[in-house]
Amino acid sequence: MSLSKEREARLKELCRVFRADVLTAIHGVQSGHPGGSLSVCEILTLLYQERMHIDANKADDPNRDRLVLSKGHAAPMLYRNLIEKGYLPQDAMASLRKTNSELQGHPARHTPGVEMPAGPLGLGLAAAQGMALGLKLNGSGARVYAVLGDGETNEGAVWEAAMSAPKFALDNLCAIVDYNKVQLDGTTDEVMPLRDLAAKWRAFGWNVIECDGHDLMALDAALDTAEQTKGVPTVIVAHTVKGKGVSFMEGKSAWHGKAIDDESFAKALEELGGAK
Amino acid sequence: MAKQLREVYGSVLAELGDSNPDIVVLDADLSGSTKSKLFAEKHPDRFFNMGIAESNMVSTAAGLASVGKIPFVNTFTVFLTTLGLIAARGQVCYGNLNVKFGGAYCGMSDALDGASHHALEDIANMRSLPNMRILVPSDETSTRWATKWAVDNDGPVYLRLSRDVYPDLYPAGTQFELGKGAVVRDGTDVTVIACGLLVHKAMEAAEELAKNGISVRVVDMYSIKPIDTALIERCARETGAIVTAEEHNIYGGLGSAVAEVLAHAGIGAPTEFVGVQDTFTESGKYSELLAKYGIDAAGVKAAVEKVLKRK
Repeated sequence: MSLSKEREARLKELCRVFRADVLTAIHGVQSGHPGGSLSVCEILTLLYQERMHIDANKADDPNRDRLVLSKGHAAPMLYRNLIEKGYLPQDAMASLRKTNSELQGHPARHTPGVEMPAGPLGLGLAAAQGMALGLKLNGSGARVYAVLGDGETNEGAVWEAAMSAPKFALDNLCAIVDYNKVQLDGTTDEVMPLRDLAAKWRAFGWNVIECDGHDLMALDAALDTAEQTKGVPTVIVAHTVKGKGVSFMEGKSAWHGKAIDDESFAKALEELGGAK
Repeated sequence: MAKQLREVYGSVLAELGDSNPDIVVLDADLSGSTKSKLFAEKHPDRFFNMGIAESNMVSTAAGLASVGKIPFVNTFTVFLTTLGLIAARGQVCYGNLNVKFGGAYCGMSDALDGASHHALEDIANMRSLPNMRILVPSDETSTRWATKWAVDNDGPVYLRLSRDVYPDLYPAGTQFELGKGAVVRDGTDVTVIACGLLVHKAMEAAEELAKNGISVRVVDMYSIKPIDTALIERCARETGAIVTAEEHNIYGGLGSAVAEVLAHAGIGAPTEFVGVQDTFTESGKYSELLAKYGIDAAGVKAAVEKVLKRK
């Protein structure tokens, strides 16, 4: 089940292109969140382009896998993945955050392929929990993924769901924390120290896996383990870099939610090897 | 026979669960109080106690609804419509998901617990959410209908329920309709537009006022959103004066909804608002609190007398 070298190479190329396209869209509208979109790139791309059982032609299939992007500000990376899967037109990115567009600043459920609205942080894990619970009741083997930000775990609602999901033995639920260590006002240590994030989840009864969230092979292996783990939900604490792929954005809280100026945009595209 | 609305709701839900396997029920550690326990006893595999975590409960329900379930979320009204509000707004209503909110202890019906447990802003909170429908039953028959209506119709619904025993108002099998109100007593001098407990208080007041030769029409506005604009306009034109009556803050609830309709229609009928006058309440016996805050027949009667002077 492990990722072949060829698949890994293809995904890497998709990630490069997706990063460039996402920055192009954010630059185009002069609004959005580059840092967290770049850090979650491998996580979303691996799930959408490789692992999840979804089909845009059977968008209402009750047995499809679901993903809740709880860190809704990374919506552009979600949209780019949905375009690749055929849920949205190829030129959709240009309409990001624009009036009358399907691509809202944060995920909205009327956008094809989006399973749950997000934006107010902290709520997505519980919604994913509800999906996992309902799918089990329906006798479906589909899996549910919840992608969270690290700053998002400041929200108490995350821990309400962290407490309840093991109670319901939701082994069809996998949470992934995009642990990029930077939030809007500064580092997570400065804003709200998370201390031993993995230990917190473990204490709530989750199967916890830590890995490099930019290493596709490592992420893929973690997702395999999650799928094989029975009786408890799994959380993958994915160590990532905010702004990954663009040297001057990496690790910088300033690039959490900043419009990209023309000069920085040109440099970023150059580093990413140009657009598609 | 007069019954607690929570009891009726719980038993109807349990009953509907027999024939509809998609109904699931969630509670936040108050199932013995909200009576969702009646469903839990019959359908333990479809009942989920979420602990004291209202936000988690409503978000989980959003997820359940998105995979085809019909979740009912239950707790005290005040907690459901405050702690549960962010998920009600951001997920359930924004996503137009099929979640049903059962607010068990509306108004001051959890009297002795005091202001912290009184729900006097819930209609305002829920009414401001796009896609939300609000039903306020006033007896067993209307509670039965509202609960079944929520099951049968897709999308978010808020049921405002009470801990208290309400007398019967409607014969069994009465037909209700979303977006309609019911004239439960006809009259010509003034219309009292009420919901929930206050329908009964308005009926008492109307009886009293009749002795003084004042003819009061009473409307049970059981559907607050959408609201029966045609009926409100007709009552204002025909009786020339309006009193609204609700166990809620005077801001944002039924009174505000009626005033919006009157203002939009350009009908300048004098209007008085019976409700809690924008203050926090207190602990006490329910009947004493209702009297102290003017949410009773005497309060409605005084408002009628006042509005008639302005006519």
